[in-house]
Amino acid sequence: MADVKKVATRASYGEALVELGAEHDDFVVLDADLAAATQTGKFKAAYPDRFFDAGIAESNLMGLAAGIATTGRVAFASTFAMFAAGRAFEQVRNSIGYPHLNVKIGATHAGISVGEDGATHQCCEDIALMRTIPGMTVIVPSDDVEAKAAVRAAYEFDGPVYMRFGRLAVPVINDHDGYEFEIGRGIKLREGKDVTIVACGLMVQAALEAAETLATKGIDAEVINIHTIKPLDEDVIVESATKTGRVVTCEEHSVIGGLGDAVCAALAEKHPVPVKKVGVNDVFGESGPAVDLLHKYGLDAEGIVAAVEAFMA
Amino acid sequence: MSDDELKKVANEVRRGIVTAVHAAKSGHPGGSLGAADIITYLYFEEMNIDPADPHKADRDRFVLSKGHCAPALYSVLAERGYFPKEDLETLRHIGSHLQGHPNMNDTPGVDMSTGSLGQGISAAVGMALAAKHWGDAYRTYCLLGDGEIEEGQVWEAAMFAGNHALDNLCLIVDHNGLQIDGTIEEVNSAMPIADKFRAFKFHVIEVADGNDMAQIRAAFAEARATEGAPTCIVCETVKGKGVSFMENNVGWHGKAPNDEQFEQAMAELAKEA
Repeated sequence: MADVKKVATRASYGEALVELGAEHDDFVVLDADLAAATQTGKFKAAYPDRFFDAGIAESNLMGLAAGIATTGRVAFASTFAMFAAGRAFEQVRNSIGYPHLNVKIGATHAGISVGEDGATHQCCEDIALMRTIPGMTVIVPSDDVEAKAAVRAAYEFDGPVYMRFGRLAVPVINDHDGYEFEIGRGIKLREGKDVTIVACGLMVQAALEAAETLATKGIDAEVINIHTIKPLDEDVIVESATKTGRVVTCEEHSVIGGLGDAVCAALAEKHPVPVKKVGVNDVFGESGPAVDLLHKYGLDAEGIVAAVEAFMA
Repeated sequence: MSDDELKKVANEVRRGIVTAVHAAKSGHPGGSLGAADIITYLYFEEMNIDPADPHKADRDRFVLSKGHCAPALYSVLAERGYFPKEDLETLRHIGSHLQGHPNMNDTPGVDMSTGSLGQGISAAVGMALAAKHWGDAYRTYCLLGDGEIEEGQVWEAAMFAGNHALDNLCLIVDHNGLQIDGTIEEVNSAMPIADKFRAFKFHVIEVADGNDMAQIRAAFAEARATEGAPTCIVCETVKGKGVSFMENNVGWHGKAPNDEQFEQAMAELAKEA
């Protein structure tokens, strides 16, 4: 896959906002002094009057967005995942979640693929935090195509949405006819009968790659892209688990509270099967090149293959 | 309405506050009584609102950033006709639309859900910003506590409002000098309050008696006439105002009167009227 096109989903976010801005003037975009990094700077360049910078003040960023949304318009609020879901958790919960306002949180630089900035900026807890808020929709797009579709869907959706984007350029895997994005609907990417691999974000591509390798080892893996962690498409997961009898979840996030736990909860109630969670194993990250970090923490195709093989043994 | 008429309304509002908190057997009577005159003035004189159409697009907005004083807001809204006054006795009861802290999706007339201190002001600034951006004529009012402004988010929001010269925004600091753990000086004072807001590019109006309708009226008139900067009205108020044993007594920050105390409070407020 050497010549495959790669795009960071944060870049997709910025571009999608610009596209949306050409069609609608009932939304504004806010950032917290990270417009260049979150890529909302693209929107700022295109529509300077419709962009507001809260400065380095994420609590106020979320409150401003909430206040704007009370007027019936939409506010996109952007910063790094660490600050959107972490620092401003309570503002998101009480000022956005509780009144169920139309704030769309564009959280970038999620996970350890932030790279060199290290553990303070590598948020591996945001999915867990955001999915505990009643009425919050949580989307983790896998690539450029999905990220852009998610931004549009979030704008059209009635209620708060948390979108998780990455810093690292990742392969574009959904640029084909027939790709359809619907909030809360998982996408089966590969049929298989031995094990179900459920993934989100950049782990979707890794899962597909892992499935190819596993096939050469006689393991026929089904791969499901769960781009919406909440509400979770339980049906597609249960249906697949019923067929394969084993599920491996893959996320660039803590194994506590994220996709893996969401899947476990659904399966425990509807169709209990053994589950292996691939993710960040209750540790902080560290500085280093993103790709090397992903490898070290087992968050690449090789790591998934190893986890599946051990699980199947 | 004349100042005397407004004073009578505020007294009715106080009776509603005491009734609600007594019925709830919990809540925050002290701050609610102290802020009763300010909120009464806003809803009966200052703001463009319509109780028959709580969501009308061009209404002025009020955000009770010190959300624990919900009994004052509820009592004013009931007195103004947003919902029946009898509802006040359901405060904090299961199934009531009157939650312990305001919820915009439950209570007619509530413009923002608040209660976690420091957050309401950000939403108010967002409302004012939206009005500027889309050319809406409404004004936004936001009531803060002098203890609440110890929250860092208040100053994040104030910095933004000042830098964006949001002259459609009017903050009111309910300066009663008391917070749960004691006087604001004892706990962690944000004094000098007026100077701080001036430094954050606000036009600041200091009201010596924030329980006096004439002074409240003058302050809001000045705020409305102010261009090029947001206004902050710092109102010196008496916590527990109108009920002798609650006045300036921090013990009544978050405690409901028992039956005997309730009778005494209502008797005192009856005399006022």
